[in-house]
Amino acid sequence: MPGPSRAELLLALADDELILGWRNSEWTGIAPFLEEDVAFSSIAQNEIGHARALYELAARELGTDADTLAFDRSPEEYRSSPLVELRRLEWARTIVRHWLYETADAIRLEALKQSDDAEIAGIATKIDREEVYHRIHAEMWIDRLLASDDARPRLDEAIEELWPYALGVLDDDLRPELVRKVEEKLGRTMPDVEPVSRGQHEAELAELLEEMTMVRRSAPAGARW
Amino acid sequence: MSGASYRLQLAPEDVWRALAEIPDPEIPVISIVDLGVVKDVRVEDGRVHVDFTPTFMGCPALEAMTAQMEDAIRGLGAEPDVEVVLDGSWSTDRISPEGREKLRTAGLAPPAPRSAGQPTLIQLERGPFSCPWCGSTDTRLDNVFGPTPCRSLRYCNACRQPFEQFKTI
Repeated sequence: MPGPSRAELLLALADDELILGWRNSEWTGIAPFLEEDVAFSSIAQNEIGHARALYELAARELGTDADTLAFDRSPEEYRSSPLVELRRLEWARTIVRHWLYETADAIRLEALKQSDDAEIAGIATKIDREEVYHRIHAEMWIDRLLASDDARPRLDEAIEELWPYALGVLDDDLRPELVRKVEEKLGRTMPDVEPVSRGQHEAELAELLEEMTMVRRSAPAGARW
Repeated sequence: MSGASYRLQLAPEDVWRALAEIPDPEIPVISIVDLGVVKDVRVEDGRVHVDFTPTFMGCPALEAMTAQMEDAIRGLGAEPDVEVVLDGSWSTDRISPEGREKLRTAGLAPPAPRSAGQPTLIQLERGPFSCPWCGSTDTRLDNVFGPTPCRSLRYCNACRQPFEQFKTI
């Protein structure tokens, strides 16, 4: 099977960051406490910034513009992984999704930094400089919840649910590294399950896109903001 | 020197000087040149080409910086051509010594130098990070994230003041 084209790769990365950025922003104003309100809003801003840069690269290749790619496609055309599409406004699931995504994303970025394509290697290097703070934040929370008798069972339940989705973020060749890292942190063997892979979509994606593009769709073509 | 001959003789140094007048839109105590985001300036036939490496990719000040650079170059009588370069070439190590001092006096602790490895939570928790107000290194991490993506929140146990810490990236 041939690998994805350069534009497909860029869109997969951009879609993941845009959709997760939107999901993270759903905590703005309602996180359990102010520090997390600030953290998730900042992380959302970073992810959407990464998405913009990646869409711009993809747009140059596809002869369109970043906004058209971000907002004017139908849900089936998105290449996001189902993990980022899930709407889980519950703290254990939010933290587990955050940690699993950031762990998988770090593995993917490390591979992209070695790319022969200088533009892709460059943008991956720049993105990774910011992602390191997302990982610090995610791991701080995982460590904190793992150490709590009250949180631990809820965390385990969320890991159980989201693990097949986490595997779906990465291509086959990078998955073993994710398994290794997650097993190392949790100190247990992860079940060998079928990944929920890119290409299929959660029902929540259509709802998200409906909400995200509402203003754009209501404005006349060519409106400037 | 007349305006016309000045334009003919426009040198990269003139452009650097003009760009050094542009404040960072979010941290106006420091100029965009102090911030190190201007990577290169080239003058060719009345066109000024600027390589611009933004700080954080989602920084809303990106467009404002580009527009201000373009205005400044037009003010010198030249056509601007600002190219956004997205690679690893900007890091907080590019902030000039003057820029770091300006950040500190504005109450924003300058970023720690980049080390060989990536930043870690232990590093952020154990320091040493100096309070920009009293200089004490007896400070603690309050939040990895702050009011803008480029800052963390810390608290000084010595003078009991919260302060913002520029992240090392």
